[in-house]
Amino acid sequence: MAASDVTSLKQLVLGRQDVQDLSDTETELAPELMTINMGPSHPAMHGTVRIVLTVDGEKIVKGDVQPGYLHRCFEKESEHATYTQVFPYTDRLNYVSPMINNCGWAMAVEKLMDLTARIPKRAEYIRVIVSEMSRMTDHLTCIGASAMELGAFTAFLYFLKAREWLYGLLEKVSGARLTHSYVRVGGVSKDLPDNFDAELTHTLDEIVKVMVEVEDLLNNNRIFRDRMAGIGAMTKAQALASGCVGPIARACGVDYDVRKDYPYSIYPEVEFDVPVGTTGDCYDRYLVRIEELKQSIHILRQCLKQIPDGPVVVDDHRVALPPKRDTYNTIESMIRHFKHIVDGIRVPAGEAYSFVEGGNGELGFYVVADGTGRPYKAYVRSPSFVHLSTAEDLIRGHFIADVVPIFGMINMIGGECDK
Amino acid sequence: MSQKVLDALQGKHGPALELVESQHGDEIAWIKRDHLVTVATWLRDDPAMLFDAPVFVTCIDRLDWRPLGAPASTHWSDASGKPRFEIAYQLRSHTHRHRLRLKIAVPEHDARCPSLAMVWPAFNWQERETFDMYGIRFESHPDLRRIYMYEEFVGYPLRKDYPKEKRQPLVRRDDLPVSTPRFGTKPEGGHR
Amino acid sequence: MGVEITTTRLEDAAKWAKQSLVERATNWGRKFSLFSYPFVTACCGMEFMSVAGPKYDLARFGAEFPRFSPRQSDLLMVVGTVTEKQGPALKRVFDQMAEPKFVIAFGVCASTGGFYQNYSTMPGCDQVIPVDVYIPGCPPRPEQVLDAVIMLMERIQSGRGHSQLRTKRDALIADQAADE
Repeated sequence: MAASDVTSLKQLVLGRQDVQDLSDTETELAPELMTINMGPSHPAMHGTVRIVLTVDGEKIVKGDVQPGYLHRCFEKESEHATYTQVFPYTDRLNYVSPMINNCGWAMAVEKLMDLTARIPKRAEYIRVIVSEMSRMTDHLTCIGASAMELGAFTAFLYFLKAREWLYGLLEKVSGARLTHSYVRVGGVSKDLPDNFDAELTHTLDEIVKVMVEVEDLLNNNRIFRDRMAGIGAMTKAQALASGCVGPIARACGVDYDVRKDYPYSIYPEVEFDVPVGTTGDCYDRYLVRIEELKQSIHILRQCLKQIPDGPVVVDDHRVALPPKRDTYNTIESMIRHFKHIVDGIRVPAGEAYSFVEGGNGELGFYVVADGTGRPYKAYVRSPSFVHLSTAEDLIRGHFIADVVPIFGMINMIGGECDK
Repeated sequence: MSQKVLDALQGKHGPALELVESQHGDEIAWIKRDHLVTVATWLRDDPAMLFDAPVFVTCIDRLDWRPLGAPASTHWSDASGKPRFEIAYQLRSHTHRHRLRLKIAVPEHDARCPSLAMVWPAFNWQERETFDMYGIRFESHPDLRRIYMYEEFVGYPLRKDYPKEKRQPLVRRDDLPVSTPRFGTKPEGGHR
Repeated sequence: MGVEITTTRLEDAAKWAKQSLVERATNWGRKFSLFSYPFVTACCGMEFMSVAGPKYDLARFGAEFPRFSPRQSDLLMVVGTVTEKQGPALKRVFDQMAEPKFVIAFGVCASTGGFYQNYSTMPGCDQVIPVDVYIPGCPPRPEQVLDAVIMLMERIQSGRGHSQLRTKRDALIADQAADE
């Protein structure tokens, strides 16, 4: 075609001259960046994070993530509370898997007192059982809430139904549905209730059925995959350098699980696999969490078979409360009980960093003790805080609507992030 | 557990180290403030060390450090000349499975520390948190501003001399007076 | 303006307990169609999810759908701890709601601050907004929440929510000013 034919065709189609002939108005209407505020009270922000987005149309150019709207001063409160009084504060850190936080704190104090090897086997098994149940509630809530935010309300309700069964069982064990404060330094506060293993086995069978239903709904769902696959991908090197741990790092291919690499408690005695993903996008994170749910069920079944009988608190007068019968009948035990409650457990001066595999990854407690019954410093290494710092890089270049699955799959728990 | 890390560190960067110790199975190396970035970069890049995974950074305020049962010489006081703050960096190696804690002593009158945010991106937000809570200025940090508290907040709350209940409210109801806070009659600095 | 309105329960009974049929009907409609704005911050949010979930169903009381915009809701549920940093956001959300609006302080952190008495936690959300019903508990059991919602519904029916009383007081002041 001759050059003049091309230009006349262009004019016919576009209805105007070439770009140099555009009028001043058209050149001045350059796209502007717009600032949009998401949060701090936003349904998809899981409560309390504010993201100030700078967008070019729908594409995010820059996101300023501002946490801190739930800063409840865990460290300052711990400095004024005894070691046992800190347990309720730890419950409210990662409030979807509270037992794991309790266990983490107990293990940190036991490391300072060199008690780790002397915890009774039954207490360790009970700790692992309730920790895995808490891990299950964490993953059920995370996947359920993310699915709901994408519109899959049914998956949310099914997982909530499964979570209620677990809450009922945890309530039978500890007395509270959500904030248990069940674990103590040296063991756990009381033994498992009667008939617990039959009820837990039945609940696990029911949860397996619920998971089959939800996987059928979500795994090969066109809308779910379109919204999750390829969104928020992170490379392995990025994940390591940003300090990511847990399901997020494992979805990128980082094969790190505290239970396998630095085993604690009775994890060496149970068999389980650690799911590791490849691409690091939201869909991989979802699959890793689903697989971890199945592995937790597997661990629980083994623990129920292997749990021995025995005491549930270490037999050490520095740490354990005396039995109630003695407290009410002998003056020495009453005084010992009194000193434990009022003064707290005397932990020798020193510092230690102890970590467990929380629902979000390596949850660590860095405790500095000064010989009294109150910690001198109790720092929480919270995985959610570290993961939230990567959110800014993850959302850049995506659309506003992609912030929702990215944020959901990071599983930023406000209490843990803002301490 | 990672004694060889400490040995390698002493071999390569001996003059930068003040002290090495091991507490409850954790290896701790005290680094001089000015050599921190060099040592950190070496720890990240050296093939035998390969500390590629940062864990946490925080600060310890030794203002009330009077450990029970220890001699009075270990207590902290203004006159003793010991630095008031200790910054602790915890590092982990994913490939070699060893861990290390770096500690830097920081005096009160000169509360600054070189930033490791350029070496490991994870420390960006965590150093902001340490600045917010303790007032330690991290030099050459890309974006040093408060993260947990709001900009109008005055003071550094996790320091031992900041009262726990001293609120600085941003907003109150029109019919409620903004009362001056009463911090209680307990002696400052915790109770014994 | 110098118009003093003080009320005692006797006056309540005298003036405001007498409700017209229209008022009783509108209050009946209001109480059974609460659109909640769950201002969720912390752990109580998990119990809020359970309350709205299939086992302890909040929908059977008419409070089915959370409306995530204050312009479209009339029940503000402050769920979880409110920090000083969050205060301006809470006040703004409350101001954006249209009358009649009701507030439930869900959980002890929203009621009084709970066991978080420190430099960052507001000792209760009633430092910034007027609250109709307080629910203690850390977190409260879902049955407690349902009890509180029923309590709020009774208040709405009798016309004693803070917002309804404010409207009546303003109307009374306007009437008295018009009489003068």
